[in-house]
Amino acid sequence: MSIPAGHVAAAICLLSCLCYNGLKMKLLLSGNEALAWGAYHAGILVATAYPGTPSTEILETIAGFDDVYAEWSTNEKVAMEVALGACYTGVRSVVSMKHVGLNVAADPFMAASITGVSGGLVVVCADDPGSHSSQSEQDNRHYARLAKVPVLEPSDSQEAYDMMSAAFDLSEQFDTPVVVRTTTRISHSKSVVDLHRSRPAPAGEVSFPRNVTKYVMLPVNARIRHPLVEERLVRLREYVETCPLNRVEEGERGLGVVTSGVAYQYAREVFPNASFLKLGVTHPLPAGMIREFAARVDRMVVIEELDPFLEEGIRAMGVQVEGKSFIPLVGELSTEVVEEGAVKAGLVPKAAALPEVAEVSGLPKRPPLLCPGCPHTGMFFVLATMGQRLRAPGGEPRAARSSDMVITGDIGCYTLATYPPLNAMDTTACMGASIGQALGMEKAGIAGKVVAVIGDSTFLHSGITPLVDAVYNQGRITVVILDNGTTAMTGHQDHPGTGISAQGRETTRVVLEDLVRGLGINDVRVVNAFDMKGLRAAARSALASPELSVIIVRGACAVRVPRSGAPRAVDADRCNRCDVCLLLGCPAIQTAGGRVYIDASLCVGDNCTLCEQVCPQRAIAPQSASPGGESP
Amino acid sequence: MKKLDLFVTGVGGQGNILASDLIGETALAAGYDVKKTDTLGMAQRNGSVISHVRIGTRVYSPLIKRGEVEILLAFEKLEAARWSDYLCPGAVAIVNNHALPPLAVNLGVERYPEDEEVRGILRQRTERVYFVDGMARVTDLGNPRTLNIFMLGCLSHFAPFETDAWKDSICRRLPERLHQVNTRAFDLGREEIQNVHV
Repeated sequence: MSIPAGHVAAAICLLSCLCYNGLKMKLLLSGNEALAWGAYHAGILVATAYPGTPSTEILETIAGFDDVYAEWSTNEKVAMEVALGACYTGVRSVVSMKHVGLNVAADPFMAASITGVSGGLVVVCADDPGSHSSQSEQDNRHYARLAKVPVLEPSDSQEAYDMMSAAFDLSEQFDTPVVVRTTTRISHSKSVVDLHRSRPAPAGEVSFPRNVTKYVMLPVNARIRHPLVEERLVRLREYVETCPLNRVEEGERGLGVVTSGVAYQYAREVFPNASFLKLGVTHPLPAGMIREFAARVDRMVVIEELDPFLEEGIRAMGVQVEGKSFIPLVGELSTEVVEEGAVKAGLVPKAAALPEVAEVSGLPKRPPLLCPGCPHTGMFFVLATMGQRLRAPGGEPRAARSSDMVITGDIGCYTLATYPPLNAMDTTACMGASIGQALGMEKAGIAGKVVAVIGDSTFLHSGITPLVDAVYNQGRITVVILDNGTTAMTGHQDHPGTGISAQGRETTRVVLEDLVRGLGINDVRVVNAFDMKGLRAAARSALASPELSVIIVRGACAVRVPRSGAPRAVDADRCNRCDVCLLLGCPAIQTAGGRVYIDASLCVGDNCTLCEQVCPQRAIAPQSASPGGESP
Repeated sequence: MKKLDLFVTGVGGQGNILASDLIGETALAAGYDVKKTDTLGMAQRNGSVISHVRIGTRVYSPLIKRGEVEILLAFEKLEAARWSDYLCPGAVAIVNNHALPPLAVNLGVERYPEDEEVRGILRQRTERVYFVDGMARVTDLGNPRTLNIFMLGCLSHFAPFETDAWKDSICRRLPERLHQVNTRAFDLGREEIQNVHV
């Protein structure tokens, strides 16, 4: 999920700001917006991405530029391949993704390193230290070392803007893809940017000059290319010694700090008087520059987020350095965290700390929830009922025994069904994993039925191939595709199932049920997400089915549909406090003064009615029909 | 002014992110360096939202250290209490007197703090705690969605920017049909804080 930047409107709004201010005015831009403008002013013609926090707004901003082709690709692998193909024709292209997206795109990424480019190719990957919205906090700088390509790390939005242009130049100069690695705190922080460049005029005709030894990686050609990649790395090592993105900031000689990315900002605050080696290119490392810097200072430390990438690289040069002995390996850094480490290392004196405000830890939290009117709630309620999983937060399980049904899950808003009261998800690994995992459990011989739950965008991203696998290998699992018609969690991006392109144009829609039937699956049901009876019937028959079954649960994301009809209300005379409605986990259904009531400002009305359908007492009805029940 | 570190907090959907953007843009127009960053949980809506806004001659870290927030602008009472630990001694806390109970409170599992508890928690750092009736004022105005701009009006009393500079940033970001109601909300906020802040 992500900060919902105003999609295409963001770029348009920004354009109008520019007109208002005149081009000399400085703007407050997020790192992602700055990267988009940097790419635009570097003359890109093609931009691709799959949405993923914290990277999504890069393509959203670029999509607002009419003279760039921008697409939401089905997944990051495809995004990388489209951008690679585009750059082979001599145009500049950019592909952006979150850190784990590069895992998906690793194959074409590695290939891009070997073939090299023609027009510049920049791969933006946004890491997520602290796992704000991710399943891991992997450090993607390792990919640059693996692929033997340069990686650039901006420290604020101005650098994000400027480094894009440098990255494209570097890509073309050295015939290599270039990685620009940001982190959540760079991508999602706003700082002052001077958009001092302008977009170059388009360069004539686009063509692809055939070059088999460069672009056709038959083993014979791959053996020709590999030494070129190694030579390229040698030349890059020379280049980074004088590259202006790496700089020494002179200070006192007692302490030398080597740092990059957002860690530079924290270190600057903690060590205001130290000497700094600020690295803009963190692979390959400028060995000469580092040795010289080390010789000039009494004690050298590395301040970096996540892995000891710089530290190990420097130590491998035989240069003495400290870092992760006092800076944490895990989690996001901050000025406080760096300061704490610096105190531990004896680099700064311990400052007098304010006493903690003790009561804060006891305050009620606001955990993320499925929204009122969410089209995922009904199916999860059905599965949780069948699997005897329902349990109110802090309460006892509703059933004495638990069922042996297993629900493998996937990545999206619906992962929130893991929490009480639904408790309806047992695994979540990576995009698309639910189906393969379910098949694996079945093939391992698990006793109970296995259900895989996956969203529409995630299914199109990487659920199709495992479903083909289940067809081919005669799986008997049930696959539930929750089709809310959008990529909701990252802020409502379109995908092949919506029929709308990234730039807002109508396009061919991929119809999920046609796709699934086309794979040879016979047991396919399409159910209305707000029809409890239909959901129950579909789930029962699919789970009883001896063959592979697919249920497509269709209902629009509540955030995108205007409310209709009267909000629901509880008739206090009829309600016997069985609390079944509370087990939906709907934020609009609340209790106060011993009564259950529905917050009319949150209820979506006729669009949902799930609570009305599950109430055994028929105590829930449209508000006008039960005037006594609107508030406690 | 050498520097100003602010927190803007509330519940997702209250317009806090736009508010913190506008603080940053107003400071930038006044010639300051600015960094701002939003920290959200996984939820887009109904979750805790905290924005760090840092203004100064040269700002490095986008994150403010614990104990260094000089102004807390809170759109919701529980969220005001939650971030009290970050306030510096003597900070200004402007709190919208409005409760949005989380689900666990609604289900009776946890308890929403009383107003006196919220004040008590904030007073461990500062006496300068100002409760404002934002929701009531903007509901009277006829547009509850102007709460964020009302809160900026309250803030403007403590920030070194001209009223016109605030209104310029507001009008630059909002469509024209919303200019009048929002500049009115801003003025109401400014009046409100002058009444509360004796």
